[in-house]
Amino acid sequence: MERKNIDLMVGLFMLMGITALLVLALRVGNLGSERVTATYNVETHFDNIGGLKQKAPVKSAGVLVGRVTNIMFDNDKFQAVVTLTLDRRYKFPKDTSASILTSGLLGEVYIGLDAGGDDKELQNGDKITISQSAVVLERLIGQFMFGKAAEGTADKQPEKAESPTAKPAEKKAKP
Amino acid sequence: MINAVRSLGRRGIETLWRGGVMARFFWLVITSSTMSFRRFSLTIREIYFAGVMSLVIIMVSGLFVGMVLGLQGFETLQKYGAEETMGVLVALSLVRELGPVVSALLFASRAGSAITAEIGLMKATEQLKAMDMMAIDPIARVVAPRFWAGVISMPLLAALFSAMGIFGGYVVGVALIDIDPGVFWSNMQAAVDFRYDVLNGFVKSIVFGIAISIIATFEGFDAEPTAEGVSRATTRTVVTSALTVLLLDLVLTAFMLRGVH
Repeated sequence: MERKNIDLMVGLFMLMGITALLVLALRVGNLGSERVTATYNVETHFDNIGGLKQKAPVKSAGVLVGRVTNIMFDNDKFQAVVTLTLDRRYKFPKDTSASILTSGLLGEVYIGLDAGGDDKELQNGDKITISQSAVVLERLIGQFMFGKAAEGTADKQPEKAESPTAKPAEKKAKP
Repeated sequence: MINAVRSLGRRGIETLWRGGVMARFFWLVITSSTMSFRRFSLTIREIYFAGVMSLVIIMVSGLFVGMVLGLQGFETLQKYGAEETMGVLVALSLVRELGPVVSALLFASRAGSAITAEIGLMKATEQLKAMDMMAIDPIARVVAPRFWAGVISMPLLAALFSAMGIFGGYVVGVALIDIDPGVFWSNMQAAVDFRYDVLNGFVKSIVFGIAISIIATFEGFDAEPTAEGVSRATTRTVVTSALTVLLLDLVLTAFMLRGVH
């Protein structure tokens, strides 16, 4: 084959290959979605993080505002220390609360931020003091069973007041 | 008994010796590859034979592999009501594993064997010696361009394989099974990470390209200069390349995978 044709074919081949790489990077991968460059870090403490992992999304009102960048264990308080990296474009008041949530029954674990009403905003290195731990399904079931059992005894002894109902929330405020 | 041990020892020594020769050959090719870049038309010619000629087989196999992945994945995902994540399954398995590995296997049997046969035949017909006589270094003139052509072609072919496979999965998922195209793509984009999935697959394909090219050229250069020797060298290229690719894949995956310690 002629030299020119070979050059042309090889050029086409390389273009195709590079296009395929770009397609993989932009269309299939996440490089196309905008990269967040300006960020700030916020720390939170949780009693139990459940199945939370690094790089898990941080959402507020369902919108992605940041990611979990570090998870450590505080050996003094016996709590999990989670570092959230948030987008600088989004500002949150100082009394924002963080809770560990699950999308769907078996979906991914993420952190939800609920804004408070404080005038001051969270700065880099601040701590979110109000946090709600992950709901551990086994514990929830245990509580429910316990509640049922207590209800059963309460029926037999009508003089006792309302039976304790199973409450999933394990809210805990920290100083 | 003694003889069995002796033959085992001889095989071990031979294998080790061969490995050493191959390493020295690799070094020689790297050091004498200035010509394949200064006279890039030599390399382009070889890219044509190794890369462009492999396009059809790579793209068609990629398409079929992607379609099969889509159908098989749907079968299982449907049981858990997660058929929307079919795109994730197809994309991750192609980009991480199947793209680099299957295209490397195809490349070894399509282009690697051809390189070995060509160089082996050149040796059998004493063309390499003739070049040496004319003060042309056969490694720089014949081996290095083929080596670099393989190294350049392999990642591009792997990327094309993966892209075609994902297209195949898309065809099966969206056109045949009627998954929503938006869900298909958005789930895929949420799950496939550029750094950990796409780039690692790319690195894998480069490593496979280097391995296959060096094996193919070495086997050709090392072939016995007879018809039988060339045929045996060609077979050895395909077998050794396939085994090396799979072994390297295991090693690379173990290094690259997160969360496995």
